[in-house]
Amino acid sequence: MSLLARNRGNGPAADASGKAARPGGKDPRSAGEIGAERRRSRMGYWLILPGFAFMLLFFVLPVFSLLATSLYAKPPGADVGQFVPALQFGNYADVLGAYWQELLRSFAFALVATVAALLIGYPMAYLVAVRLRGRKLLQGILLVLIIAPFFTSFILRTQAWKQILADEGPVVAVLRAVALLPEDGRLTATAFAVVCGLTYNFLPFMTLPIYANLERLDTRLIEAGTDLYASPFQTFRTVTLPLSMPGVMAGTLLTFIPASGDYINAALLGNNQDTTMIGQVIDSRFFRVVDYPGASALSFVLMLAILALVILYVRRFGTKELL
Amino acid sequence: MVQERLAEETTTAAGRDSGGADLVLDSVTKRFADFVAVDDLNLTIPAGSFFALLGPSGCGKTTTLRMVAGLEQPTSGTLSIGGRDITRTGAHERPVNTVFQNYALFPHMSVLDNVAFGLKRRKIRGAEARAKSALELVELGHLAARRPGQLSGGQQQRVALARAIVNRPAVLLLDEPLGALDMKLRRQMQVELKNIQLEVGLTFVHVTHDQEEAMTMADTVAVMNAGRVEQMGAPRELYELPRTAFVANFLGKSNLVPGEVIEDRGDAVVVNARGNRLTVLKERAAAHHGRVLVGIRPEKLKMMWPQDAAGDPDNMLHGRVADTSFTGVSTDYLVDVPGVGRLGVFSQNHGQQLARPGDEVVLCWDTAHAFGLDGREDSSAGAAEAAEAAAP
Repeated sequence: MSLLARNRGNGPAADASGKAARPGGKDPRSAGEIGAERRRSRMGYWLILPGFAFMLLFFVLPVFSLLATSLYAKPPGADVGQFVPALQFGNYADVLGAYWQELLRSFAFALVATVAALLIGYPMAYLVAVRLRGRKLLQGILLVLIIAPFFTSFILRTQAWKQILADEGPVVAVLRAVALLPEDGRLTATAFAVVCGLTYNFLPFMTLPIYANLERLDTRLIEAGTDLYASPFQTFRTVTLPLSMPGVMAGTLLTFIPASGDYINAALLGNNQDTTMIGQVIDSRFFRVVDYPGASALSFVLMLAILALVILYVRRFGTKELL
Repeated sequence: MVQERLAEETTTAAGRDSGGADLVLDSVTKRFADFVAVDDLNLTIPAGSFFALLGPSGCGKTTTLRMVAGLEQPTSGTLSIGGRDITRTGAHERPVNTVFQNYALFPHMSVLDNVAFGLKRRKIRGAEARAKSALELVELGHLAARRPGQLSGGQQQRVALARAIVNRPAVLLLDEPLGALDMKLRRQMQVELKNIQLEVGLTFVHVTHDQEEAMTMADTVAVMNAGRVEQMGAPRELYELPRTAFVANFLGKSNLVPGEVIEDRGDAVVVNARGNRLTVLKERAAAHHGRVLVGIRPEKLKMMWPQDAAGDPDNMLHGRVADTSFTGVSTDYLVDVPGVGRLGVFSQNHGQQLARPGDEVVLCWDTAHAFGLDGREDSSAGAAEAAEAAAP
């Protein structure tokens, strides 16, 4: 959520206001006022306690439990699902050796889907936030349309894509007719279908943060850009895009992170050979093969890899506000 | 020294872009839906001049400026700079730069990058060095690395000015550039702007609703009202000889006395205003017969005690003081003249005895100071707008 809320003040006056507070010297407030303020700030700690407790119970502890499980060993002759606590770091080498392809594929799919969602979502956000500025009704309708898919279930929408891309469906028919797809070519059960599903399902997560950012863009800055000899494209590249980077960062992270761990799209729209994503592997390790240490190790690897990629990304493109 | 260097650059750069580049607006009209913002405007702004478009809010001055900048397209008419038609040219292709009302500095760039922006887009070599010397010109060289958000309003205003000037545009547009500054800083910036304009020799087109600002800085002022230019000329000319009631009231204050022409004296006409004979020179009158308005500025009125008033009974009004306000250097009087109305008198403090409300007085003036307007005009036109424009 904090990513969504972060934004830069676009107007030059944005920073100027808060400066003049307390011009040094003695604090003119009475002791009573200061005491009241201290109580208020202590109150703040009490207020974050429930959230803190929740995160401790449902995030920090599970992470440690996951870490511990990932090092468990299977004693010789044990039943299915029987493991003993150990420090078997070999689990990591085993799963990485067996599933590195799925891991890389997940990131590749997520990357392509993120880029596609950015290319679709940014113009959408720009249209609603900048071009239609001041036309409240139209803006409202379009925003509702962007969010509307959330009113149906994720699975149902993914199933619908199966129909859209089906062999006897309209998309395949058109593509075959214009010879973009061979006569026996298909779209279901391909990497293309999986990426389509990912792009579609995470599009609102891309569009909304960018919208929230562009909505505050001062359009006079765009005018200043064109006034200073920048063509419309140059103005976009040098003014609009840099100013909307916080929104782009938030949108790409909110798309990439869940997309790389997703398994529903790959399961419903992919096949069993060359579209398997890491989420599917973790799922089957946990619930079908009942290999808790392997599944835990994979989960941990996925988590660390995403974290590393995100840090690299934010370092490279991010704004000071994000790191 | 820096300024000399800049001036040199000007002559070379301007030679390419703006040599003798007059800005000409030829019957330019701009309509928004059913509202005519600019109505058949014809203007010629000579190269190198400091031109002010003065008028109340909604008079079309900002729309005119935006059309020159290319941020707005005229509904009809053409614009040209130095004979080159720019009507259909994009904003980024015009040799025109703007100092925006709220500066519109790029918040994500340093002050230096802001100033170098235009030069870099045009791939001009030594952009950074030029930007630096432009910052020196506005005395902000030491703040080049800061972000605009870290500067005060006055400093931001100078950065905006440097960012526009550094490009040596044929025409520099200023959209109420001092509006956001406090009074003291505004007066100071007025002087600086004027000096900078003289130094760099660019054509400045300045949009403002502040008549004092327009008069101090510009060498030509065009007073706009309802999408049209009411009158255009040097500040002194506009003030001393307004041609419409709007100009008379918007630019300074005027007493407008309605009357009827009753006599033609060759070079002057005599007006009967409720039994008072007022003389107006023909060259200072917009109408020579029928109903007219005789105008006299408050500071041109001389106020005397009845016993001191003698001689020529023309240009003399008898009245009673209704209100006085003493400001130190001067006293503002309101004098009720029966049948004519309430006239304002501005009296310099020469140590004379002050009149009090209720005192009988005589007002007179030099014929050379009166002006005549068409009697069909509304004598209060522009007064409300002037009051609104003066409000902070």
